[in-house]
This record gives sequence, structure tokens and C-alpha cells, in this order.
Amino acid sequence: MGETLDINGPIVTVRLPGVMNGEQVRIGALGLVGEVIGREGDRAIVQVYESTESLRPGEKVEALGHPLTVELGPGLLGQIFDGVQRPLRGLVEQGGDYIARGLSLPPLDRDKAWRFVPSSDLTPGMTLAAGTVLGTVQENPTLSHHILVPPDVEGELIDLVGAGDYTLEQMIARVRDRTGMPRELRLYHRWPVRVPRPYRRRDPAGEPLLTGQRVLDTFFPLLKGGKAAVPGPFGVGKTMVQQQIARWSNVHVVIYVGCGERGNELVDILETFPKLTDPYSGRSLMERTLLVANTSNMPVVAREASIYVGVTLAEYFRDQGYDVVVVADSTSRWAEALREVAGRLGQMPVEEGYPAYLASRLAAFYERAGRVETLAGTTGSITLIGAVSPPGGDFSEPVTSHTKDIIQTFWALSKELADARHYPAVGWADSFSAYVGAAASWWAEHVDPAWAERRAAALGLLTEADELAHIVNLVGPEALSPEQRWVLESASLIREGVLQQSALDPVDSFSSPEKQFVLLDLILEIHDQGRKLITLGLPVQQLLGLPLLGRAQRLKGTYGSDQVPSLRDFVQEIRAAFEPFYRDYGRGEGEPTPRAAPGGSFRRGKRE
Amino acid sequence: MREKEYRSVSAARGGLLFMRGVPGVALGDRVQVRDQRNRRRDGQVIRTSHEVVLIQVFEGTEGLDPERTWVRFLDRPFEVMLSPALLGRIFNGIGQPRDGRPPVIAALQRNVSGAPVNPAVRAYPREFIQTGISTIDGLNSLVRGQKLPIFSGSGLPHNRLIAQIVRQAKLPAEEQSRFAVVFAALGISHDDARFFRESFETSGVLQNVVMFINLADDPPIERLILPRTALTVAEYLAFDLDHHVLVVLSDMTHYAEALREVATAKGDVPARKGYPGYLYSDLAEIYERAGRIKGRRGSITMVPVVSMPSDDITHPIPDLTGYITEGQIVLSRELHNQGIYPPVTIPPSLSRLMKDGIGKDYTREDHPRVASQLYASYARALDVRNLASIIGAEELTEHDRRSLAFAEAFEQRFVNQGEEEDRAILETLSLAWELLSRLPPEALSRVTEADLARFHRGPSAVDEAP
Ligand SMILES: Nc1ncnc2c1ncn2[C@@H]1O[C@H](COP(=O)(O)OP(=O)(O)OP(=O)(O)O)[C@@H](O)[C@H]1O
Ligand SMILES: [Mg+2]
Repeated sequence: MGETLDINGPIVTVRLPGVMNGEQVRIGALGLVGEVIGREGDRAIVQVYESTESLRPGEKVEALGHPLTVELGPGLLGQIFDGVQRPLRGLVEQGGDYIARGLSLPPLDRDKAWRFVPSSDLTPGMTLAAGTVLGTVQENPTLSHHILVPPDVEGELIDLVGAGDYTLEQMIARVRDRTGMPRELRLYHRWPVRVPRPYRRRDPAGEPLLTGQRVLDTFFPLLKGGKAAVPGPFGVGKTMVQQQIARWSNVHVVIYVGCGERGNELVDILETFPKLTDPYSGRSLMERTLLVANTSNMPVVAREASIYVGVTLAEYFRDQGYDVVVVADSTSRWAEALREVAGRLGQMPVEEGYPAYLASRLAAFYERAGRVETLAGTTGSITLIGAVSPPGGDFSEPVTSHTKDIIQTFWALSKELADARHYPAVGWADSFSAYVGAAASWWAEHVDPAWAERRAAALGLLTEADELAHIVNLVGPEALSPEQRWVLESASLIREGVLQQSALDPVDSFSSPEKQFVLLDLILEIHDQGRKLITLGLPVQQLLGLPLLGRAQRLKGTYGSDQVPSLRDFVQEIRAAFEPFYRDYGRGEGEPTPRAAPGGSFRRGKRE
Repeated sequence: MREKEYRSVSAARGGLLFMRGVPGVALGDRVQVRDQRNRRRDGQVIRTSHEVVLIQVFEGTEGLDPERTWVRFLDRPFEVMLSPALLGRIFNGIGQPRDGRPPVIAALQRNVSGAPVNPAVRAYPREFIQTGISTIDGLNSLVRGQKLPIFSGSGLPHNRLIAQIVRQAKLPAEEQSRFAVVFAALGISHDDARFFRESFETSGVLQNVVMFINLADDPPIERLILPRTALTVAEYLAFDLDHHVLVVLSDMTHYAEALREVATAKGDVPARKGYPGYLYSDLAEIYERAGRIKGRRGSITMVPVVSMPSDDITHPIPDLTGYITEGQIVLSRELHNQGIYPPVTIPPSLSRLMKDGIGKDYTREDHPRVASQLYASYARALDVRNLASIIGAEELTEHDRRSLAFAEAFEQRFVNQGEEEDRAILETLSLAWELLSRLPPEALSRVTEADLARFHRGPSAVDEAP
């Protein structure tokens, strides 16, 4: 038992001999929980997860004997937790509409019984490695929860219960560990959030994470197990990009970490996801989703913890052999929490008030992404996507620039595009993906061999058009050749007809890989035909007035992902529109014939 | 309550009192400070240990002599009295009457710091509020429970705009009696305060307004607690008494400046432009108190004014505000100088909650697409205008000339409207189509073919346009 000495916002100095760094402590009459972040003699510095208002020097402090841990077991999905994994719905029952202080509740329901089916290949006497699957619980119709031997336990199986209904606190197996001590295993275990969970081997990132967003999947792809950042000034669409990913990604589990952002954005998910169906399982999206919420008005220290809570939950599902995506909105708010604590500790700021360890903490966090061979020998992945909120939209600030060095896919959101309501406002000039090569082989195999070439052609047109627009702004459009005028028009077709994709359009919110490819292919087809005709002498003005162009821009909202064959038929309309010109201007040499209809063996619902 | 007065002030500067040897003081507690001339000030404990207690004094520390300053610890936090009798009254930042009438006595009092609403009980704001202003209703709709700031600048008519919103934002008749305004004045001028009072009076809502006033010549540190007092009252009106409360905070820039002043005196590490790193969290504690709660009838809709220092939207105050609020209405000096009222500049303005508060169930089915189209067409037209300023309008293509004419008409007829002009949403939408019809259908890719068939006024409209 110790004593509170000094209270400085969320940072409290206590006298508590023998407490460990990282250990949890409980402070004062209210029972506020915090974490030791520094020690000096018999004094310890504690960061407190709740508001310290009304706390007094002299109040008692108690060490809890363990670091910040999360509970891992059935009942996680569909939940909303706060930054230290308190169940927010449960807190309502205890404390009402406002989050009262000092409440403590177990994250997982202790009363609910789960149907546990033991693995059939386990027999008493066997040696169980850490991570072995003891059995399964069908957590909900979407996900079968694998109950694992915790990563820090291994040894001889003494006994394992038969199939039946068990609550979380009931024993389901006993294992004699190295020291000869029997360990009781339950449906859940705990794990410290700041320690990455072990795995057998790290594998290179795998197949594409398909988000259904054309500018992401087709132009700046991300792979399962990869790391990505979405930076941008306020209001340009970071949250919407992340919500779209949470909705449509081809993964088994989605963990959405609302880190220092708006309460209403979480409500939006809580209200809409249960009604939306997962395009892969056909089930309610909420069944594969879990929220960690520390909104901007909630205590800043718990915000710092929230991303670790989120990624540890992700590791747990990864260890069961699942593909998990974690979206963290926003890592800048996490960094600011770090900064605030560092400032109160009087640590030397290096850039814009941030402590020197910002870069290494960020890197260590993103390192928890990856595709691995789990302890059980299966493959699981964590894809990490962090929003970055640079002050004033300045990408050279510390959090954005350090993040940029760490991640492989960078979706740079542009204010100019957002101002014109071009969403997703992913700027093609500043964004990049280091995964294009790997993604290309997947697209070639599953959708169309020409993917890489068509993608490059489109990006080439967009870049060329940006340069031309620059010239136009200096000397006017008259300086452009007809071919160049056509490039400008084609780029605008790509922007409006392919890149621009409203999350709110029910037809176009999700775009299957085939739809993505066919749409791009058709629009490039228009470009190719037009260019050919211009070289044959057709005045570019005649092309610019074609009603076909308006129709082409609206294709995306006309045909859903289940109508790709009809979309493909648009090629007839393209031919018909150009045919009269060919009649007048001849066909010339090597007419670009429309490409053979795209192959496409991608099946919806396919998920390895 | 500790009756004892302590005289152990060791230093008084920058709005802060440093005290020695007052053990066991609780963080956040209210104190009363008495100076040598027996005048009272109010303060709050912002750091505490057995050895040192740090107090922030709302009236500032000017003229305080540490030797002759007495401090009494009230042993409780800052609280505000809550009762329906608050309506129609005027208070200062800590809830003391400023209207010459007696203090409100009530059984119910609450800590002004509030507590965060549990995200699990929030209700998503969806009900469209018609303000009668086309740039807001048509393009950046406000919904009940939203926090939508006005980014303005010195000399721009944000006050007139807010007054117009208060006047025109009518609720359905059966709910009209449940409309209330909480007005928090932070460092505004006497004239502006009077303007608001009069405009509340003319719109007939004065009996339903609670005002918290700190004027430009009042002590700045009081601004740190004023919004919290005001919002505690707003929460009471909304969630205890079922009112639909509109909270106006004007001007949050003065709030942030006061925060910087105290932070500097405390020696906090600055992040940008001298503002402390916790400015974001601090502002969020205020702004996030807007919203709706499941199972409660009332709502808090918040319209803060943020004046952008040097018209710079990337300045930390508007910037961090934009990162917290659900959009922003941005006023432009350029439009204002052209005589356009309200001078709302469309490209950077945004309402994030609009997407769920408009359309078939709330306004009209084509509304979301029309809004997106107006944004896109206007953005394009602004590019053309830029181009024209370089190469001259004569050099423009016919298509570009149409675009230019569209921008003119859009600013003069859609953006511009009378201060007394109350446009119904259908009027706004019809005006939108009238303007869009000046552009050929091929140029309108954000709307559907069905929209075009139904609302576009056809090629003749395009041709008639200059
Ligand atoms: N893909 C999209 N489709 C349609 N609308 C979009 C899309 N992306 C963004 N928007 C619009 O832009 C608004 C702002 O987007 P969002 O909230 O995601 O911005 P943000 O970058 O997360 O901002 P902040 O940093 O302030 O949180 C949305 O409310 C929506 O109106
Ligand atoms: Mg966001």
C-alpha cells in the first residue's frame, strides 16, 4: 500500500516501494486505474486512464501485480470496448449515459455459456505446444473461435473436457507445465498488450487486401499482412476510407480502433454495420467486427493504450489462423497522447513537442502487422491501416514523415480533390504502393493478365494530364495539340468514371475486382479509339462532344458488381459511337480492336 | 467546507497562484482568493501535492501581492445550479448573475467539467434542420445534435449569419416550445453582445435563451471555464428537460488564446504557434458535448464561431477545431468584399452529417447528388475562372465560358441571399437545378440519368444561358 504525492493532470506521482515498471496500480477512494511509467527510488510515476479530478495527495495507492492486459476469448466480436478494454455497453448498465470513474467490469461476459467442441486429435498424455488448438466455439454464425493453449503455456495434457456448454471461468483442460505444475486452462486467457504475441515464422505479405475501392485496389494496392497509412487534413475522407475498408475487406475479422476521434463516428458503425452484409460470408458485418473506442473527449492516457489493445486483440485472431484488418483512426491522436505524457514528465521535446522516441514507438507498433505462420502451424495475418492527421495538412510534420518511412502503402488524401467532392480523395501524384508487383500476379491470375499494363497506362494518362493542365494554366488550351486535348479529356474520364467512387452510392460503394478492371478497360478503350481517330485526322472537338463520354462516366453507378457481363457489353456502344468516324476517316493501319472480353476467374466468396 | 484561509502564496503570476504547505487539496477544487483590498476572486486547483498547490485564478493575478493574499479552499469542484429558472437569464463564466437579478437557487447542481458520454449510448444525429439558407441547407446541411462551426475572420458577418440561423431554424410547431438557446460569449465586444441580445429578442426566443457572457474587457482566464458552465446548463436543458438546445460559442479563438496564456505561465511544452499539445483534447472536451443520447428527447446542436487568425485556415485553432467538429462553414473575405451575403465559400465548407440527414426520407431523393454536382461543377468553374484570369475570357472554349457563367450565377443567386430571406429546402433545390441546367447534361456526371430526365430543364435552358 502506498500514498499519492503529486497530481498533475493524468500524471500522478506516488510513493509505492517495490512496484514494477508497467505494473497497474489502483489509486484513491475512487479506485482510478493507471500504469507505472517510471520509477525513482520508492517513488513511481503513474499515468492514469481516467480523469484525476478530485484526487488528493495522501490518498492510498495499491499495486495490482500485473501489467495492462486484455482478455482473449469468445464474446469479443460485435463488442465495443474502451481504450483499456472495458465493455462500454456494460458500463452503461453500471454508470449510466456518462462514463463514471472507477468502474471496473470484466471485458467478457462471465455468465454466458459457450458450446465448446474439443479437438478430436488430442489425448491425455500428449505434449501440447503453446498455441495448440484445444477446440472450437462457434462464436457466431460467421466465426468459429479456436480456443488456444496460451502462448506462455506448454506441456503434457492431463485432461480435456468433452463437448458441452461452458462459461468462461470453467476449466476446460489441464496441462502439466515444465515445472510439473498443473495449469488449468479456460475458454479465455489474458495477455499483456505491450508484448507482441509470439508466432512461429514471419511470411512475406500475401494476396491483395481487396477493399472494393478502385483507387485503392487497382491503383495503390495493399496486401494482407501489409502496413498502410491514410494521411490527410481534416475532412478529406480518412475515416470514410477506413470505414469502407472495415465494411468491404476480404478478411475474417475487422478491428476498428477509434483513437481520439468522434463519438458519432463509432455510433455510425454501431448503427449501420449490423444491417450491412459481409459480401463474402453473406452475414451481418457486425459479426466479424469489434470496436475499441477512446473518443477525443475520453481520457488521453487510455487513448495511448487503445491502439495496443486493438492490435493485441488482432494478434489473438491471427493466432487462430485468420486474416485480420486493424484500422486505427487516428495514429496522430495516439502520438499526441504520447507527447502530452512526455511533456508532463518534463522529457526533452525534439520536434514539435514530440519526444525522441516517437519514431521508434511508431515503428514498433506497425511491426505488429504481418502475415505469419502461427504457433499452431496455420497462417494468419494482420493488416494495419493507420490514419494520420497532420496539423494544417502539412505532410512534413513528424508523425506523417515517420509513418511514411515505416509503411508500404501510402494513400495520400488531397484537399483539392476533397474540395471538389472527388472521393475517395486519394491523390495519384503523392500516393504510392510498394506492393504493385505482388498484386499484379494475383490480378493476372484471377482477373486479367493485362491488369498491370492497363493500370500503368491509366496512371500515365493521369500524370501526363496533370503536366498538361499546368501548361494550360500558363499559356491557355490553344497551346495543346489535339492529342494532348484528348489526353486531358481521357484523364478526366478516368477521374470521374473510375477513381471517383462514392461510399454512399449503394450500387458503387463496393466494386468487385472484375468490375474494377472492366470499368478501367472500357474507359481506356475509349481513349485508345479516340487517339487513333485523331491521328487519322478527326478534329478533337468532335470527340469532346460525344454523349458517349457522359454515359461512360456514369457506368460505375449503373452496373453493380453483380452485373459485370452487362457492363462489359458497353463495348458495343463504344464501337457504335466510333463507327461513323471510321467510315469518314478510314481505318488506317493497325486499328486498335477492342480487347478480348476480360477473363476473370475471381469468385466472390472465395477466401483462403 | 474548510473555513480556514491560507496565506501561504509564494508567487502570483500569469493568472497562477503558487501556494506552499496546504496538504491534501483535491485537484479541480474551487477556491476563493481574497486580496489586500478584500476583493474576491475565484480560482481552481490545477496541480496539487502536499508541498505545492497550483491555482488558476479566473480574474487573473494582476495586482495580487503574495504577502497579502488569502486563499480559502471550498472543498468541492466548480458546480452550476440547475433549474428551469435559468432560461431568460444572463450569467458570467462561473454562473454568477450578470443581469442584476438574484442568483438562481436550486437543489440540483452539477460539476461543470462534465463526463464523457459513453459512445455506446449516443444516438446518431439524423434530423435535418432547415435554416432557410441555401449554402447550408442545400450543400452543408445541419442536423440536430451536430457540431458545425463557422470559420470566420475579423469583420466578416458571422454574427449576422448566426442570428439568421437562430431566427429561421424553426422546429415543427408542436416542438417550438422546446427550443432553447445557450449563448456563450467569449471575449466578444459589447456591441456584438448587444446585437445578439436584440436579435434574440426580435426572433422571440429571449425567454428561452441562457447567456453566459465574458466580454473583450473581462478577465480572459474566465473564458476557460465559461464554455464548461454553459454546456453543463445545455446538457441539463437537453437531457433533463427535453429541450432542443442550440449552443452558440463565440468566439472559440479567444478561448484558445486564454488557454495558451495559462499554458505558457505553467511552462507547458508548446506544440505549434505556442499552443500546448493538449489543445486538441481540451477543445474536444468542449465540442464533444454536443449530440444526442438514446432514449432522451432533447438534443444539443452546437455552432461555434472560430475566427481564423490572419484568415489562415491552417492556424492551430481552426485546424484542430476542424479535426473535431462534424464539418465547417467557411466564410470568405473575397465574397464578402463583393457584397455577397452570406459569404460562404463552398469548396472548403463541409457538413459530415449531411449524408445521413438528407435524401428521400428527409429532404428529397436527388439532394445528395445535386449537392455533389454543384460542388464538382463549381470547383471546375473556379479552375476556369483562374484560367480566364491568365489567358483572358475570349480565349476560352464555349464549354468553359458556360462554366464561367455558371459560377457567376451560382454566387449571385444561390450563395447570395437576403438576411431576411428564408428559403425552403425545395426552393433551394429548385434553384440548384435551374443553375445546373445552364450546363449540358454530359457535364453533369454526379447526377443520374433519371435526375436529368426529371429535373434538367433541357438543351434550351443550356442555350439560353449566356
Ligand atoms: N468515399 C466517400 N464517398 C462519399 N463521401 C465521402 C467519401 N469520403 C469522404 N466523404 C465525405 O467527406 C466527409 C469527411 O470525411 P471523413 O470524416 O472521412 O474525413 P476525415 O479525413 O476523417 O476528417 P477528420 O480528420 O476531421 O476526421 C464525409 O462526411 C463525407 O461527406
Ligand atoms: Mg476522421
